[in-house]
Amino acid sequence: MLTGAIIAGIVFGLYYTLVGLGLNLVFGVMRIVNLAHGDFLMLGGIAAWWLFSSFGLHPLVSAALVIVVFVLVGLPIYYLVVPRLLRSRDSEMLSLILFFGLSQMIEAVTTIGLGATERSLPPRLLGVGPMVLLGTRLPKAWIFSAVASAVAVLLVYLYLYRTRLGTLTRAVMVSRDEALATGIDVNFVSAVAFGISIALAGVAGVFAPFILGSITPNMGVAINITAFAVIVVGTLGNPLGTLLGGIIYGVSLMLMQTYLSSWANLLPNLLLIAVLLIRPEGIFGRKVRRA
Amino acid sequence: MPDVAATIRADARNRLIKRVVLDTSIAAAVVIGMGVMRGVYSNELMLFNFVVFLALAQGLNIIYGFTGYLPFGYVGFYGAGAYGFSLVVMHLHAPALVGMAAAAAAALVLAVILLPLLRLSGAYFAIASMAAAQAVYEIIANPGLEDITKGPYGVSLSDVFAPAFSYYTALAILGATLLLVVWLRNSRFGMSLQAIRDDSVSAAMSGVSVVRGRTIAWLLSALVAGLVGGVFAWHISVFYPDTAFDLSVSIFSTVFLLFGGATTLCGPLLGVFILYGIYNVIGIAVPQYFQFTYGALIVLLVLFLPNGLVSLLTNRGIRVP
Repeated sequence: MLTGAIIAGIVFGLYYTLVGLGLNLVFGVMRIVNLAHGDFLMLGGIAAWWLFSSFGLHPLVSAALVIVVFVLVGLPIYYLVVPRLLRSRDSEMLSLILFFGLSQMIEAVTTIGLGATERSLPPRLLGVGPMVLLGTRLPKAWIFSAVASAVAVLLVYLYLYRTRLGTLTRAVMVSRDEALATGIDVNFVSAVAFGISIALAGVAGVFAPFILGSITPNMGVAINITAFAVIVVGTLGNPLGTLLGGIIYGVSLMLMQTYLSSWANLLPNLLLIAVLLIRPEGIFGRKVRRA
Repeated sequence: MPDVAATIRADARNRLIKRVVLDTSIAAAVVIGMGVMRGVYSNELMLFNFVVFLALAQGLNIIYGFTGYLPFGYVGFYGAGAYGFSLVVMHLHAPALVGMAAAAAAALVLAVILLPLLRLSGAYFAIASMAAAQAVYEIIANPGLEDITKGPYGVSLSDVFAPAFSYYTALAILGATLLLVVWLRNSRFGMSLQAIRDDSVSAAMSGVSVVRGRTIAWLLSALVAGLVGGVFAWHISVFYPDTAFDLSVSIFSTVFLLFGGATTLCGPLLGVFILYGIYNVIGIAVPQYFQFTYGALIVLLVLFLPNGLVSLLTNRGIRVP
């Protein structure tokens, strides 16, 4: 039972890495918290559901479409909101409030348009029957989602460390002002990072019905707390730390569900508070505590 | 020369007295107005909700306006108060006023437990407090604790149901909260809090006790929410943990506060009267339209009017009470 919980935890952890990664990328590059992240995830899930029920598209095809569309949606949102926000006195704090507003708008529009019902996709889309992994039987849909997440994380890694734009992105992460002084088009680099972040949320949303069970318009807040817990555990502003955070989160969630199932919902909250208080800089360290 | 100094001092004192009198009369007008309305207007629940949000917005003002900490999980204290009241009334069959004391105690205990959160800054504090409120909700709504808290099935307090008494108690809490804000705005302690908010290092250098100031503001703010939560439980008398820990309580209070303008007495009052007024006219039927308007309003406020409605005047050098 213990190995089973740990293996399922790693599978879930890969998925949660995908959930947190975009949020962390935006935080790392822009020092703002996108509290609408969970709502973009929800939109990705709705898109996958709609594409499947209307056109019968396979989730993988939907995922590719979602990436393209969400990047294109993210760019204008960046230019409309973020540069102005970054000029304000306390942009980190204000970003929290602003994106909270955006999150409310998305939730409201989705509820008005589609109603508040739960939506899900048939798990058989991603393979029928269980798969045995080191003696643990897991649904194929879980494995599939975890592999897709791992591929997405790998692509982000390659983007950041193997492309020119990725190098520029890392330069902006280290110091926005110095990057600007070196002549880097900081706004463009940030806009692309923002678009990628939204697209990552969207892809996570496509697989959400298989991992989380269903999609509802008001799931955003809970997802945000989870994503925030994952990236805080993994180190804010360090996209690769997210992988560690995701796996720690996934494994502890599965252990809780195995041994203390009725209290499992407490976990993200307690983990978040505990890490913030005990080691707020996360596992790889970067100071966030000022007061 | 001493005459000049004395004149200046007397002048300052006169201005302070004028300010306090003006602020207090605004507070009194609001409380009396809401009291009179109950006799005139028949929708008591709506009026009660107005009183609740007037008090909550000011309670949030105490912590956000004066210290700069924005707890997204402010509703945690409200819920703690509601359940503090309910548990004492349900299990000990205590009278309502004892329940109110329990509500205050529950919120204060939670605030003391959460004191370490004040070490976090800005966004981290906001998120951590939200997680804390969610954690308290998960504990109270847990089916495993059904014997104690009734879990997710909600509580019923018909024994102490008293719509008029509880309404006036809520008014008294609102009055006390408004006076607290008047005091903070015109007292040495309130000034020192604002100094800490603007620059805690400089304030500490000038001999202001940063930790003590923040702690007191945090406890006062939690106390207000706890009392409001308690009186909510008393007045409504049947409710679910989902209602008592509804995140929209935090959201509404925050939006009202930001819309009007923090650190002032009138700002949050205006925010509640205008926005909650609109909500009651158009919002009830399809809450999503209102949710959308709220979201848009927050975005626009942060971008174009980050200091609220009153900043239209204060930016021109006019003092707003």
